[in-house]
Amino acid sequence: MILNRRTLLGTAAAGATLPLAGHSARAQAAGTIKIGVLNDQSGPYRDTGGTSSVAAVQMAVDEFASKGFKVEVISADHQNKPDLGAQLASQWFDRDGVDVIMDVPTSSVGLAVAGVAKARNKLHLNIGSATAELTNSACAPSVIHYIYDTYMLAKSTGGATVKAGGDSWFFITADYAFGKQLQADTTAMVLASGGKISGSVAYPFPGTTDYSSFLLQAQSSGAKVLGLANAGGDTVNSVKQAKEFGITMRIATMLMFITDVHALGLDVAQGLTLTESFYWDMNDKTRAFTKRFLPRSPNNYPNMIHAGNYSAALHFLKAVSDIGVPAAKASGSAIADRMKAMPVADDAFQGSIRKDGRGIFPAYLFQVKKPAESKGKWDYYNLLQTTSGEDAYKPLAASTCSFIKA
Amino acid sequence: MFMILGYPAPLLFGQLLLGLINGAFYALLSLGLAVIFGMLNIVNFAHGALFMLGAFVAWGLLNFLGINYWAALILAPLIVGFFGVILEKTLISRLYKLDHLYGLLLTFGLALVIEGLARNEFGSSGVPYPIPSVLQGATNLGFMFMPIYRGWVVLASAIMCLITWLIIEKTSIGATLRAATENAPLVQAFGINVPRMITLTYAGGVALAAFAGVLAAPIYSVNPNMGANFIVTVFAVVVIGGMGSILGSIVTGFGLGVIEGLTKVFYPQGSSVVIFVVMVIVLLVRPAGLFGKAA
Repeated sequence: MILNRRTLLGTAAAGATLPLAGHSARAQAAGTIKIGVLNDQSGPYRDTGGTSSVAAVQMAVDEFASKGFKVEVISADHQNKPDLGAQLASQWFDRDGVDVIMDVPTSSVGLAVAGVAKARNKLHLNIGSATAELTNSACAPSVIHYIYDTYMLAKSTGGATVKAGGDSWFFITADYAFGKQLQADTTAMVLASGGKISGSVAYPFPGTTDYSSFLLQAQSSGAKVLGLANAGGDTVNSVKQAKEFGITMRIATMLMFITDVHALGLDVAQGLTLTESFYWDMNDKTRAFTKRFLPRSPNNYPNMIHAGNYSAALHFLKAVSDIGVPAAKASGSAIADRMKAMPVADDAFQGSIRKDGRGIFPAYLFQVKKPAESKGKWDYYNLLQTTSGEDAYKPLAASTCSFIKA
Repeated sequence: MFMILGYPAPLLFGQLLLGLINGAFYALLSLGLAVIFGMLNIVNFAHGALFMLGAFVAWGLLNFLGINYWAALILAPLIVGFFGVILEKTLISRLYKLDHLYGLLLTFGLALVIEGLARNEFGSSGVPYPIPSVLQGATNLGFMFMPIYRGWVVLASAIMCLITWLIIEKTSIGATLRAATENAPLVQAFGINVPRMITLTYAGGVALAAFAGVLAAPIYSVNPNMGANFIVTVFAVVVIGGMGSILGSIVTGFGLGVIEGLTKVFYPQGSSVVIFVVMVIVLLVRPAGLFGKAA
């Protein structure tokens, strides 16, 4: 229920990008590569992406030494509104000379921006959205979906939950593209493993803060597992209230980030299982990355979206440097093809990008530590299981992406 | 199992109770708004931000000074109320002679500034606030599992609403206040300091918001958007109850909480709009609101 505030903000945001137009036209002439980071900077997904994602992209730009060309990073708040996201994306591509739009969480906005990029053959590196449609029905030669999707979450968290005996599910779902897709993918996974679905409720997004009523419906359904097909602040409130109302079901937080665990506190979050493709304390490389990142985002440790933005930006710049600035500016699919041809190798991610634009990286199933196990700040995860990139994502044979079949 | 309209009765009873709990927040918040609007004729759009501030003050008191929930329940409203005094004295009091719209814009701007600062400092995921130990746990009511804390919220909110209503309707201070609303120059002629009274009324309304904020802190994660999520709904409650009507805002607050709760069972997707549907119907039938006096 933040329509009024957001509408005003929207106008302000749209206005704020206006003065950039003249400036960027000059910048473009000088052969500058321009990266636009578009995400939620004021709403429920601010901490999972937001200004920390912008900082991550800027860090990649600063660390990419051998450029021979200039790189400029701009950012805007899409306020989780598909129409505003599409409008900003068009403006950036058509008028401001932006070469790639990055991050774009909130699946409904991600799909809208992917559409804008596809129509113009411009590059869109999606990191923040979850919907697997970005590399299926909505796929495009110039769209890359980097570090996770609903299929992979369903396979990793959902698969492990069913295996552990959680064979009947009730979903509490955010009523928009992301929640529905996550529920659909998890449902398919549960049914395929011999489980059943006892029911579901879809609640209005954004703006819902009280989940008690849905939690009671879930409890009275008799299902063993409560599947939370939501994210960010919504997940935090759902888990907190489930504990408060003594919900005895096993809770499957289908999408949860370390930033959410931090907001919940280990007392409440302990024991939850979740899937991320990055954990800051995984190995020496990720710790080194985190050490460099923290001065840029002191209150927010990097989750997979922040790390993904860094990695994607770095990979993009390597590809630009390979094919040259004019070629990169001319065709989004050309730069995407170059990115698909190179292995991804940096401190945060090691893997590759498939021809349908799907980033292929291992999916890690984590369990949140008990308060007593946690040795320090943000020491939250125990690794339970690793699913290789090849197994974690929907196989190409089952893909509904059209251009790869041509 | 006993069924009503195809739904198990325990589920419906549970939802009624949950509706009352949410209604408790609506009632407290809309009460503060109604008091401020009734006395100052200011549509206080900063109310949600001050509610959020109340929760953050409670969090700060606990984490930096070790002051517990019960003390925060009194201290946070006082602190935020004092902040309200500053706002009223320095900014809002300049607008009484102008159109309503200016007050609305100013308080709306204040809300954006306060929320923006909080977001900058704390991020949007928020910070956890524990339930006080005596109110932890839950009791089994047979038809539902009732967290003790939620029961306390309904009780505390009902008591606070009653106290506010008694002060305004039954005491001499309340009588003076109401008189000042009707005819300020006349009341001033009796030697009563009307501007100070208005300042204190604003502080009182704001303190009610902060009180609700402290009550909400253990339920929701304390986050900068918590007020923005509530405020539009609460405005609808005030409009339905009748702008400025004390009793109206209390009754409608609880009533709409229940209606919203039931919608969550029958048609969850509609739960965020049902209050506005009610608002449209009420405005068509009774433009002054359920308890409002026709202009």
